[in-house]
Amino acid sequence: MKLKGAEIIVKCLLEQNATTVFGYPGGQIIDLFDAIYREPKITQILTSHEQGAAHAAEGYAKSTGKVGVAIATSGPGATNLVTGIADAYLDSVPLVAITGNVPVPLLGRDSFQEVDIAGITMPVTKHNFIVKNADDLADAIRRAFHIARSDRPGPVLVDVPKDVQQALIEYTAKQPEPPHKPPMQADVTDAVELIERAKRPIIYAGGGCIAADASAELLRFAERIKAPIATSVMGLSAIPTAHKYCAGLIGMHGHASVARLVEHSDLIIAAGARFSDRVAGDRKKFCNHAKIVHIDIDAAEIDKNVRTDAYVRGDVKQVLKLLAMTVGEKRDETMLDLNAEYKRKYALPPCRGKLSPRAVIACVSENAGDAIVATDVGQHQMWTAQGYSFKSPRTFLTSGGLGTMGFGMGAAIGGAIGSGRRAVLFTGDGSFHMNMNELATAVRLDLPLTVFVFDNRTLGMVRQWQKLFYGERYSSTDLDANKTDFVKIAEAFGAKGYLLDDDKNVEKTVKAALAESGVTVVDCKIEKDELVLPMIPPGKTMHDIITEIPDGKARR
Amino acid sequence: MQNKRQDNEKTHIISALVTNESGILARISGLFARRCYNIDSLAVCATEDPALSRMTVTVRGDESVLRQIVLQLGKLPACVMTGELDASRAVLRELLLVKVAAGAAERADIETACRTYEAKIVDLSPDSVVIELTGKPAKLDGFIELMKQYEIIELSRTGLTAIERGSVKLNSESNKTETL
Repeated sequence: MKLKGAEIIVKCLLEQNATTVFGYPGGQIIDLFDAIYREPKITQILTSHEQGAAHAAEGYAKSTGKVGVAIATSGPGATNLVTGIADAYLDSVPLVAITGNVPVPLLGRDSFQEVDIAGITMPVTKHNFIVKNADDLADAIRRAFHIARSDRPGPVLVDVPKDVQQALIEYTAKQPEPPHKPPMQADVTDAVELIERAKRPIIYAGGGCIAADASAELLRFAERIKAPIATSVMGLSAIPTAHKYCAGLIGMHGHASVARLVEHSDLIIAAGARFSDRVAGDRKKFCNHAKIVHIDIDAAEIDKNVRTDAYVRGDVKQVLKLLAMTVGEKRDETMLDLNAEYKRKYALPPCRGKLSPRAVIACVSENAGDAIVATDVGQHQMWTAQGYSFKSPRTFLTSGGLGTMGFGMGAAIGGAIGSGRRAVLFTGDGSFHMNMNELATAVRLDLPLTVFVFDNRTLGMVRQWQKLFYGERYSSTDLDANKTDFVKIAEAFGAKGYLLDDDKNVEKTVKAALAESGVTVVDCKIEKDELVLPMIPPGKTMHDIITEIPDGKARR
Repeated sequence: MQNKRQDNEKTHIISALVTNESGILARISGLFARRCYNIDSLAVCATEDPALSRMTVTVRGDESVLRQIVLQLGKLPACVMTGELDASRAVLRELLLVKVAAGAAERADIETACRTYEAKIVDLSPDSVVIELTGKPAKLDGFIELMKQYEIIELSRTGLTAIERGSVKLNSESNKTETL
């Protein structure tokens, strides 16, 4: 059967069960949008900006485990996807980006809206394609999906010139290949031996546990060896926060209880985590007192940042399952007792202002059920990571590796669409200013989305660093002259707006906002000098944790 | 491209078979650049299989850096096979073309040097010669050193290319890169 290139892309999307795509049309991708228009099985979500489409595709992928699809035109449309693609690369999100380009004879001539998007995205994709020959189109799309979801997932870009979208070519349907997984390392003796010998083991679980859907295996393994589980930001929601085995958050803004617990451990078992600088701090000194076992699907992660004593390379779900069966059961519950004790002893520090962001997050956590929780990047992100009680996997959407301000709106939209559930977005006035244009998208789709803007008229996280490390010189972070009224903004976009400025009204306002069926924005006025604590200064170790700052002076 | 040399650094030769597609050179060299690996030379050539190209890269670094490079290269879908070549079990060659200013007075000395190094004079003009030399990089270094007493007008080196001795092949089953 002969079809147009654009129709073949649509057929291939259907082969891959990619029935929801996020995109923005333009001159060189108009043929693909035309083919999508004529295919009722595909829902195309129009965003306000291509960056929003990329983040929405990420949110969709993270919340469902499927491959997210973002579509944009050539030139600026393609470059606007780049931040989302880079974000997906650093957080290992399976994403296929499809861009249009100028017809093949015009490539390389600086034609209107021409950009070498394959060249631009080379360092932030697992692979990318420029399809110059129409006969290669179907296989390029299929391979893109296969690469995106195989091994360690990540983004792939396919650039399709307009004449390739218009060419008539033969199409034969093909079943998608199952994702490739690297073979599990056969010999796990070293790891087993270290685990069996350990008296005080702790597990450090990362985003890989969520990507591999390994929550059940993770808990079973932890129970087998009586090890509490600390998670990185990317690992949050892998196990329920309220679970006895959950220790909390590890890293720069992790719980002090976790830092103490790690200091007392004699073995760290990293599962689907990569010892990023936000966790390890000084990578040469990280946990010198303890042995390290590393489990990861990506062999290149092993010994990349931190030297390990043993490792198992493989799909983290399979490895944890095997280890739980292989290692002897431990009876000693020392680490679990310590975990409970430290959690009581090292509570999160209180907030100081009239409205406490922690109180808002706690109240949403109690009342939002199993909603999808998205964040932007900054103080609000860390308060959420520290304070939200996650109930099930794939409910936390955040930009961990790239730290993309402006990630949240798109991600929340993709998450709400993917899961079919309510999405809650915690953001700050800085981040929200970046991509609040996507309110238009959420309102148009009438999504159940509740946005909490922690509005402190400053770029809080940068201000915190300026306060602690830069002599209180608030360069370009003071936004007092901003006159943005987020309630009016909400109304102007056709959403509901609420104002919250006092702890006394938290429960009432949060419940009312969560009861709204459509898009709601809650402007939460908080204190400028609210800090995110505890904090391990960059490049330091858990030993250097700052837990309080009386009168602006750090104290350990 | 080059950072300060560290004590535990060694020179390693990495051989990679990569798919012969547009942008492949940028893909591979981009990986080296963004991961801050130090390359001393990089040579690309066609192979017996028209779908594949061979890249020979010499890099400096300690064992852990080398392992990282091989593993990161191995992750690229365009990289079919990669591994370190054991210098003692491989034939290593590089080609040098050097143009030296040489009037009648210097000719005889230069010709003697060429004979000693088994180099060939491939172009003669009234006031210069172009010399071709093949060998291991160290031999080329030595020859260049020797030519410095005359005036080197310009020179070009291909970078190292290498192949393993014996009947094994980089992409044969018996010689698969161990992934870890």
